[in-house]
Amino acid sequence: MTTIDAGLEQLVYARPRSYTDMPTHYCPGCTHGIAQRLVAEVIDEMDIREEAIGVASVGCSVFAYNYFDFDFVQAPHGRAPAMATGIKRILDDRIVLTYQGDGDLASIGTAEIVHAAARGENITVIFVNNANYGMTGGQMAPTTLPGQKTTTSPAGRDVEQTGYPIRVSEMLAALDGVSYIARRSLHDPKNIRLAKKAIRLAFEAQARGLGFSMVELLSICPTNWGLSPLEALKWLEEHMLPYYPLGEYKVNPALVQVKI
Amino acid sequence: MTRELVKGNVAVAEAAVRAGLEGYFGYPITPQTELLEWLAHRMPELGRAFVQAESELAAINMVYGAACTGARVMTSSSSPGISLMMEGLSYIAGTELPMVLVDVMRGGPGLGNIAPAQADYNQIVHGGGHGDYRSIVLAPASIQEAIDLTVLSFELAEKYRSITVVLMDGSLGQMMEPAELPEMQPLRKSDPNWATNGAVGRERRFLSSIYLNPPDEEKINLRLQQRWQTIQANEVRYKDYFLDDAKLVVIGFGSAGRVATSAVRTARAEGIPVGLLRPISVSPFPSAVIEELSKQVDGLLVVEMNAGQMLDDVLMAVKDNAAVEFYGRMGGVIPFPDEVLEEIRRLAKGEMPVNGHPRHRWLQRMPALV
Repeated sequence: MTTIDAGLEQLVYARPRSYTDMPTHYCPGCTHGIAQRLVAEVIDEMDIREEAIGVASVGCSVFAYNYFDFDFVQAPHGRAPAMATGIKRILDDRIVLTYQGDGDLASIGTAEIVHAAARGENITVIFVNNANYGMTGGQMAPTTLPGQKTTTSPAGRDVEQTGYPIRVSEMLAALDGVSYIARRSLHDPKNIRLAKKAIRLAFEAQARGLGFSMVELLSICPTNWGLSPLEALKWLEEHMLPYYPLGEYKVNPALVQVKI
Repeated sequence: MTRELVKGNVAVAEAAVRAGLEGYFGYPITPQTELLEWLAHRMPELGRAFVQAESELAAINMVYGAACTGARVMTSSSSPGISLMMEGLSYIAGTELPMVLVDVMRGGPGLGNIAPAQADYNQIVHGGGHGDYRSIVLAPASIQEAIDLTVLSFELAEKYRSITVVLMDGSLGQMMEPAELPEMQPLRKSDPNWATNGAVGRERRFLSSIYLNPPDEEKINLRLQQRWQTIQANEVRYKDYFLDDAKLVVIGFGSAGRVATSAVRTARAEGIPVGLLRPISVSPFPSAVIEELSKQVDGLLVVEMNAGQMLDDVLMAVKDNAAVEFYGRMGGVIPFPDEVLEEIRRLAKGEMPVNGHPRHRWLQRMPALV
């Protein structure tokens, strides 16, 4: 053991206060861990851990409540925005977030997410899009790309039979109740930094009472995609980015002055 | 307080407000809609939460979220909407949260119609949602009783961390009667020690119905079952009429029980030794009372606005102690007192039936009625 001179010691990296030290159940290479860490960092930086109430969804995100170190509840599949609405309407001075995957948000929960956004519900949605149902073993999701193989589109998604992927950010950005929507990606450090900035803006929007905010995070699912983590990151870059363009789709003018 | 002429749905809504309702989430459906409409102006003017949800599915999940904060919360609907809420009800039961549900039943199955019926008995009393859970279910037969039971339902929901249902039907929701509303209660001042309301200076909490490890889930189930035993021991409620010397007992809940009361009064005037038992808590069901009663009478007549959903519970309580007959109208048809009176006269006159199942005998008599 080497001893470090206390005067030279400088802490440059630590677990966020808002994140527990429980090992996650995510597969090796999965980007859920990155997404959750970013949320926890933002909550620490805004010093809102004690006001935060999270709503976990169904899918790989189901155990989010194990990892975030603040109050959490667990919603039925797709219903997290409705539960978040109930919480926020009773406790309007708290910061309420949902953490949802693409099967949960873009398939079974489309009514709930669309109407929460349309009502301008003052909540923040973290939407993890990995183009398949991860928890149940890689089935086709509404976000699965044309031609993408999954266990329920074994020959590749045939748009003649199954229709086209939903671009959720673009769809919801058309609603007047929305204050902030951005799509970011977790496939490299630069994009991870941009993702964190978007998450911060989404929570800033809620803190200012501006209405519904959401960040869509393009993520990888190496296990169900049948790729190594590195190949999966490359696949995201090559296939998901063209279909799901990154960017801010709606920014309330009041957010423009927010300095982060 | 003075009595005023008030419509059933409005009376229940205002009773909930005065009982300290903090959040209401609902969706329009006849014959329940006046509840939603009343609260649409009442809740905001008091600074309390009101949301017209995009569906009953969303409404029950808004209730689920709001209940997690420890607030007094309620939703209301009618039969097809209640079917949609079953998912959320199961989750709320599994998370052991208090909430009040008002079901203003209408004719079914399917879209059915908007006339009064009692065919939600099975889905409300015997579950509906998945898993082993029970709800406390209170069935009023007048608007005054609907008001009183609405106030009580919040107390029971919180006492037992349970879903409590006010089970009424379209006629009670739509009709007006003189009734007295309660005084306005102050809102609760403290949160329960399980509420997810922000981890200020304490350990985080989480509320969930997921227990991935089966032995943990079994423990929760055991707790739910033990709690239900306590509820069964303490919360049975019913009303009885003319039972002392009765040889025949009519059993009916809600509006059917009220119609039967008229028939029983007339039969008594004719000298027929008939009484009436009207379960108020249809869950927990007054099985022990009915079992005792069945040992003292020759027969029981069950009257419902369905095909005998409560009949099955009565049969389980009666065992073979006495003859049981059934009379029901379905699909939104309300029985007239005369129809029930005819049944009472028929049974008082002749031998009590012994052959076959009461539902089977009723089905044989039904074609002449419809």
